[in-house]
Amino acid sequence: MAKEKKGVRLEHVSKIYKDPKTKKEFYAVFDTSLNIEPGTFVTLLGPSGCGKTTTLRMIAGFESPDEGEIYLGGEPINALTPNKRDTAMVFQSYALLPHYNIFDNVAYGLRLRKYDRATIKQKVTDILALVGLEGMESRMTNQLSGGQQQRVALARALVLEPGVLLFDEPLSNLDAKLRVQMRTEIRRIQQEAGITAIYVTHDQSEAMAISDQIIIMEKGVVSQIGTPQEIYYHPKNEFVADFIGEANFLKGTLVEKNGSDDKATGVARIGEDKVEVQEVGHLNVGDPCELVLRPESAVLADEGQLPCKVVLSCFMGSYQNYHVMVGDTLVKITDFNPKNKKIYDVGDSAFVVFDPKNVHIL
Amino acid sequence: MAGKQGSKLDRQKFFADPIMVTTIVLLIAFLTLFILYPLAILLVDSFLTEKGFTLDVFRRIMAMSNFRRAITNTLKVGFLVGIASSLIGLLFAYVEVYVELKTKLLEGLFKVVSMLPVVSPPFVLSLSMIMLFGKSGIITRYLLHIYDNSVYGFWGIVIVQTLTFFPVCYMMMKGLLKNIDPSLEEAARDMGASRFKVFSSVTLPLILPGLGNAFLVTFIESIADFANPMIIGGSYDTLATTIYLQITGAYDKQGAAAMAVVLLCITLLMFIVQKYYLEAKSTATLSGKASRARMMITDRSVTVPLSILCTLMALFVVLMYICVPFGALFKTWGYDFHLTTKWFAQVFTRYKGFKAFRDSFLLSLIASPITALLSMIISYLVVKRNFKSKGFIEAVSMLAMAVPGTVLGIGYIRGFSGGLFHTGILQGLYGSAAILIIVFIVRSLPTGTRSGISALRQIDKSIEESAYDMGADSFKVFMTVTLPLIKDSFLSGLVTAFVRSITAISAIILLVTPQFLLITVQINEFAEKGAYGIACAFATILIVITYTSVLLMNLFIKYFGTSRVTE
Ligand SMILES: Nc1ncnc2c1ncn2[C@@H]1O[C@H](COP(=O)(O)OP(=O)(O)OP(=O)(O)O)[C@@H](O)[C@H]1O
Ligand SMILES: [Mg+2]
Repeated sequence: MAKEKKGVRLEHVSKIYKDPKTKKEFYAVFDTSLNIEPGTFVTLLGPSGCGKTTTLRMIAGFESPDEGEIYLGGEPINALTPNKRDTAMVFQSYALLPHYNIFDNVAYGLRLRKYDRATIKQKVTDILALVGLEGMESRMTNQLSGGQQQRVALARALVLEPGVLLFDEPLSNLDAKLRVQMRTEIRRIQQEAGITAIYVTHDQSEAMAISDQIIIMEKGVVSQIGTPQEIYYHPKNEFVADFIGEANFLKGTLVEKNGSDDKATGVARIGEDKVEVQEVGHLNVGDPCELVLRPESAVLADEGQLPCKVVLSCFMGSYQNYHVMVGDTLVKITDFNPKNKKIYDVGDSAFVVFDPKNVHIL
Repeated sequence: MAGKQGSKLDRQKFFADPIMVTTIVLLIAFLTLFILYPLAILLVDSFLTEKGFTLDVFRRIMAMSNFRRAITNTLKVGFLVGIASSLIGLLFAYVEVYVELKTKLLEGLFKVVSMLPVVSPPFVLSLSMIMLFGKSGIITRYLLHIYDNSVYGFWGIVIVQTLTFFPVCYMMMKGLLKNIDPSLEEAARDMGASRFKVFSSVTLPLILPGLGNAFLVTFIESIADFANPMIIGGSYDTLATTIYLQITGAYDKQGAAAMAVVLLCITLLMFIVQKYYLEAKSTATLSGKASRARMMITDRSVTVPLSILCTLMALFVVLMYICVPFGALFKTWGYDFHLTTKWFAQVFTRYKGFKAFRDSFLLSLIASPITALLSMIISYLVVKRNFKSKGFIEAVSMLAMAVPGTVLGIGYIRGFSGGLFHTGILQGLYGSAAILIIVFIVRSLPTGTRSGISALRQIDKSIEESAYDMGADSFKVFMTVTLPLIKDSFLSGLVTAFVRSITAISAIILLVTPQFLLITVQINEFAEKGAYGIACAFATILIVITYTSVLLMNLFIKYFGTSRVTE
């Protein structure tokens, strides 16, 4: 549907703000370079205050980057005002024009572009059908539910057939169930329209569910860019591993290494115990290392790699939740389908068992 | 650091919007020319003599005993009026918010009282004060048989100003009291504090800064008031009237300019304290929305006396307003109480009432939409946009709030009668209708801007951003989004500007030339001469006009207001 899918490129973009209290300048976004391919759905994910909104607003044109250049479809757009940029934004608060009805809200941008009446009518009707709001043209915005308002906001952005669609936490005002429903909807519409989308959220499951690519940000800096799988299974650092899903971190030293490419295997020592590890190409023998162990990748058994002591054992229905101490590191384990397995109690000694394939080494 | 590129880009984007740039340039020119320049010329005038920059003029006016007396008089009156108004305002607010009102009459009276500051023309209370308590006052002469009562002077001014300004305090205090979380007081009550103890140990400390704020606001209003001291002051001169006499009576333009500077300094100082210290503090202690409904005081030993007190005072105020139309209907006030229409007839036949009506009406009618639009533009720029000169625009429109009308009037005389900087440029402006309209605009701009700003602050910033994002430029955003969303504020700004303009006197009386007859100036003239019948007739017409326009506005807002929800 889009006239032309456009890619977005950020080159060494930084934004400096003044702290209103201390008057000290700081980087809200620092030296960020991104290359977003046309037609992809990309999510900016990170904790509150990490600069997601700022990045998005620089792309939309509401903020001007202090360093670097932003390209839209290959053209530098730094000097363009928001109304001259081929972007359309869906706001967290929806920002519908409260004095217009649904039709006029969606038609607003089209009228500014001086389309004739018939075309406008056609386009608005089509887009409202796409977002599932047929027949609601004459409602006022305050006569819609949150989810419906969200759809209007989406329709209003889509109807302009922008090169890129920007979302700033569009679902955060909806209840949990609707959020799940709407995110699938947004993904479907994006695919149907074949439009480039940049989506800001701090909800990791949302990001996982809808993105082609996830960009993890921390304190104004991009930590990692990758597909959901890459980010989950191969986090680049402790922050990413911890932020996406739950993770246990076991500190140790690499004591043996076989092979020299990325796929090199080896042995790491954790406390007094040695465990086999894989994909340690980036480390040398003697280097400190860190094992990232997802709670669902490990189970408890009477025999295994790492001895531990159970400090919490809790039945959760579909899984048994354990907290165990390995040396003095707390490790969380979720053991799925515990019905016919041995259940360990607090105070029991046991072993943590995992497949070396499921452990990621930092 | 490298913040430069960002601000450079912001600037570039800013200049890509020619309508906005033009608007801002024109606005800055307007504010500079009609607010800053007249004040600056007063400074120049009062410091610059043939001998260069000296303090001679100030030395001269400070040597005048009547000027020194005027300063102390003004401060004394202002202080007392400030205290009395804020206390009476507090009483009314407390009764409305805390006490169960049983009578419909009292509820109605409260509404009327809250309306008064909007529609009250100047002089009205002074006129009725004279007619009720003066030498031939109904109450003094006929009820109490006092034949030589004098209402003129200190007490006259204090009473009249208090009655004029306390409704403003009442509205301010009402807003504060409503925002006190009732659970605070209930907690104190729970711990065994008496009603009075709760008031003095919880409520009062919470609203104390607000009370101080109300006090200073009234203080400033009192100091700047020209109309009432003029009519009822007698020989008791305040700064505003002294300045007026200095220029109209003694033709001492330099002296008047220096006096105006003194008056301006006083109001400015108080304004700064009020605006930057008390206003912020007055709401800081309050939590915002009350968490739930308040338990009203129903104890009859409290409600009855308070209700009676408020009823009496409100009735008294209403009586004073009603007195004016009657004053226009009696043959000779105080002596011959036969009904007559001769005063109204004379207004139109002998005293060119129709022309006065038309001039006042037309000039105000032209000024008000300009004022309303201008104040909405200023509010939009101040609240929603970011640009270099924003601070200037905000500061100057604030400054206008602190400038007494008399000071502005003198500034215009000095600034425009000989053209800009006495060079003859723009000399044609002086004495024209345009300058009167401009004065109306400048005088009402601060009120409109303030209401516009608070209306705009309620609007989510992203609504305008979304329109901008969809391709509208600033002008389009303002016209299709901002203005429609603050329509109510715009409409009420329109009427407020109209009412303020048609009832304006302090600045305009210095600038009006014989070719224009203004109702307020006529009232002043006839009241000065003691022709109360004519003055009352003019004032009645004025009250009718203002009241009608306020009613029309309310109707209009009711039917065309923002809530455009259609099923
Ligand atoms: N106009 C501004 N002036 C000064 N500092 C600002 C401004 N806007 C944002 N910041 C600061 O910049 C940092 C990044 O803000 P940003 O809004 O981009 O965060 P975010 O990642 O969107 O967070 P959230 O998830 O809470 O929305 C924060 O520390 C914020 O306080
Ligand atoms: Mg944000």
